[in-house]
Amino acid sequence: MKVLMFGWEFPPHITGGLGTACYGLTKGLSNFGTEVIFVVPKTYGDEDLKHIQLKDAGDVVITEKRMQYEEFWDKFRYLEVGSNLIPYMDPEEFAKIYDKKIFLGSEYREQVFKTKFTFTGSYGKDLFQEVARYALIASYIAASNNFDIIHAHDWLTYSAGIAAKEVSGKPLVVHMHATEFDRSGDNINQGVYDIERAGMEAADKVIAVSNLTRKIIIERYGIPAEKVVTVHNSVEPVTLPEDFKLTKAFKEKTVTFLGRVTFQKGPDYFIEAAKKVIDKDPNVRFVMAGSGDMLNRMIKRVAKHGIATKFHFAGFLKGQEVYEMFSLSDVYVMPSVSEPFGISPLEAMMSDVPVIISKQSGVAEVLKHALKVDFWDVDDMADAIYGLLHYEGLSKMFKKYGKQEVENLRWENSAFKVREVYKSLLGDI
Amino acid sequence: MRTICFYFQVHQPFRLKRYKFFDIGNDHYYYNDFENKTIMRKVAEKCYLPANKTFLDLINEYGNNFKIAYSISGVAIDQFEMYAPDVLDSFRALVDTGKVEILSETYSHSLSALKNREEFERQVKLHRDKVKQVFGVEPKVFRNTELIYSDWIGEYVADMGYKGMITEGAKHVLGWKSPNYLYCNAINPKLKVLLKNFKLSDDIAFRFSNHDWQEFPLTTEKFVSWLNALDPKDEIINLFMDYETFGEHQWKETGIFEFLKAFPNAVLKYSNFKFNTPSEIVKKVDPVGAIHVPYPISWADEERDLTAWLGNELQDEAFNNLYQCYDRVKEINDPEIWKDWLYLQTSDHFYYMCTKWFSDGDVHKYFNPYNSPYEAFVNYMNILSDFIIRIEK
Repeated sequence: MKVLMFGWEFPPHITGGLGTACYGLTKGLSNFGTEVIFVVPKTYGDEDLKHIQLKDAGDVVITEKRMQYEEFWDKFRYLEVGSNLIPYMDPEEFAKIYDKKIFLGSEYREQVFKTKFTFTGSYGKDLFQEVARYALIASYIAASNNFDIIHAHDWLTYSAGIAAKEVSGKPLVVHMHATEFDRSGDNINQGVYDIERAGMEAADKVIAVSNLTRKIIIERYGIPAEKVVTVHNSVEPVTLPEDFKLTKAFKEKTVTFLGRVTFQKGPDYFIEAAKKVIDKDPNVRFVMAGSGDMLNRMIKRVAKHGIATKFHFAGFLKGQEVYEMFSLSDVYVMPSVSEPFGISPLEAMMSDVPVIISKQSGVAEVLKHALKVDFWDVDDMADAIYGLLHYEGLSKMFKKYGKQEVENLRWENSAFKVREVYKSLLGDI
Repeated sequence: MRTICFYFQVHQPFRLKRYKFFDIGNDHYYYNDFENKTIMRKVAEKCYLPANKTFLDLINEYGNNFKIAYSISGVAIDQFEMYAPDVLDSFRALVDTGKVEILSETYSHSLSALKNREEFERQVKLHRDKVKQVFGVEPKVFRNTELIYSDWIGEYVADMGYKGMITEGAKHVLGWKSPNYLYCNAINPKLKVLLKNFKLSDDIAFRFSNHDWQEFPLTTEKFVSWLNALDPKDEIINLFMDYETFGEHQWKETGIFEFLKAFPNAVLKYSNFKFNTPSEIVKKVDPVGAIHVPYPISWADEERDLTAWLGNELQDEAFNNLYQCYDRVKEINDPEIWKDWLYLQTSDHFYYMCTKWFSDGDVHKYFNPYNSPYEAFVNYMNILSDFIIRIEK
């Protein structure tokens, strides 16, 4: 079985959990002999490629000659006209593309398709444009590779998935790692929502990372329940060097928040809880690691609370830094307002750090040995933090059973379920 | 007597290095040596060395008729010793002429006067000793960081035995009064107060090369004609500015050095103004009255207040936490701790946390090594957290 998979990022170049999940999943699939061609907008050359064939969409050179594939053009044009991607390009560009002639006219072709595209691979301001370009490249890749099924991760790649399906006629699976409602609350970006829905409607099966997400997909996107399957994420076991454990340079216990500092992750609730804990016991340090659009406001909030010598900002961490952070932590808190899954508490538990997670997270569905609180209940959160810091019996128990618990969550299990989804569409190959 | 008083501020902070959370408790060295050295060498070549030479030549040419004053922060002197001993030599040569006065200030260009009198006085004494050691002179007139002044700061300074102090001729303090007279402190009239004429000072310091300014280009003839147009009773014109005006803020290509070279001759020949140092003025001139400054003023921004350094949440949090360390620092009495304590107090660290981007933001941005005030705050707080761990051990 060969899968053409579209992603947006791949370790070590990640901005969130998506890249980590893709890595775990592809690795798990390879254990079953499933071949994966993984396409990302941009490769850096230092990705771990043991298990997959990684394609950099930016490396695909589309020359004028190749563009002569009439069939490719026909199918592609159909897709463009029928999708809602284009209105988010700037008006000039939009006018050009909306005019059907441009796909045959020489001007546009030269401008956009002459050489390789360079994708920034990040969530930049020309995002919609990049998503659309990614779809273009996808149709080319689909036309020039052999595979049995298409698998697209998150809305950024759905247009690519749809394009590939149109060109190849192969079944499409889309994987919802997060919904627009998780990212933006009720103030959703309509363009993103539309792409998500178009992707799920065009798909033959939809994979949701939790029952929480599955419910949102059914209720808020109107996708038929029988089409949506929950496959929980897992965590990659980490083997750290023996001498890895950092010696903590201060005596206070440390409570950590690690993730994007955005609405979805609930950083503000973490700060309010921190204030309550510090008021009661000043011998605790809090760390917020990550960056995001709420970071400056959070820094100001900490200053305003007068806790800045006990509350530190560590910036965005990646790779080994994450584990360094865990090894300095005594409690890990994930106060997400809405978290489709949430891999990071599992990583914390791997590193023997007891975790507090919000009830509004998908990972709460699979974890027993974690304290669960409502994200908005900062009293409860402060109480849980205080308890884990001061009652050693509690933290010991959580460390011990928590580690056992996450060690049983394996990507092979998730990959097995994903494979079942493939099989339901292909029969046994 | 009609006189011009030239005073220049010479200051370079010890800029902090990027200090991450992981460094807290592990790394106790806080300074960006490379950046500090690079900036010092750059400013030395562009400003300090050529400007010092220009002033030395002028003093040699005009003898007793041309005098100036500097205040050189202790942290700047420390960095001259480390990275630019040639600059320090050229300042010594200026002081040795006897026509150049060195003013007193806080060692680390700090805001300590606003928070801790004991530390303020300790720093003033440290700076005094340093000036004595380096230049062999004893300062008589005081200049607080960024010309920050209030009635009670003046009182502290008078109590330390100073005869004069210089500050900003802030409009909201002066009202109808003119800055072109000598005043005295409202609490202790023994302390004379010189006020900066910000219009004429900023014409040189900020507007000299501004092509959009209707008076552009500024010539010595034009400047002297403005002096002559002043009320004949106006006595003292205080031209106070950053020394980096010459060659750094106003590049040499703007002609600022030529302006300087021609300035004394134009003034002495075509006006009845002379040049005097602050301590000469304090000695010779009688104050016309007291100046009331109940709330601290400074020479910064449109507001001439403290908001460039203090007032937003970030600045206040950092500032308050810093000064909470004082008792412990004193108790430990360790030379390394004292040194970091000094350097962390430098006002520039708080200036980088300023969020007033829209009016004076561009000036702030120019001097700011950080991308945002938030970044400046986080970096400073990481360092301060480490410092606190050290003093609490």
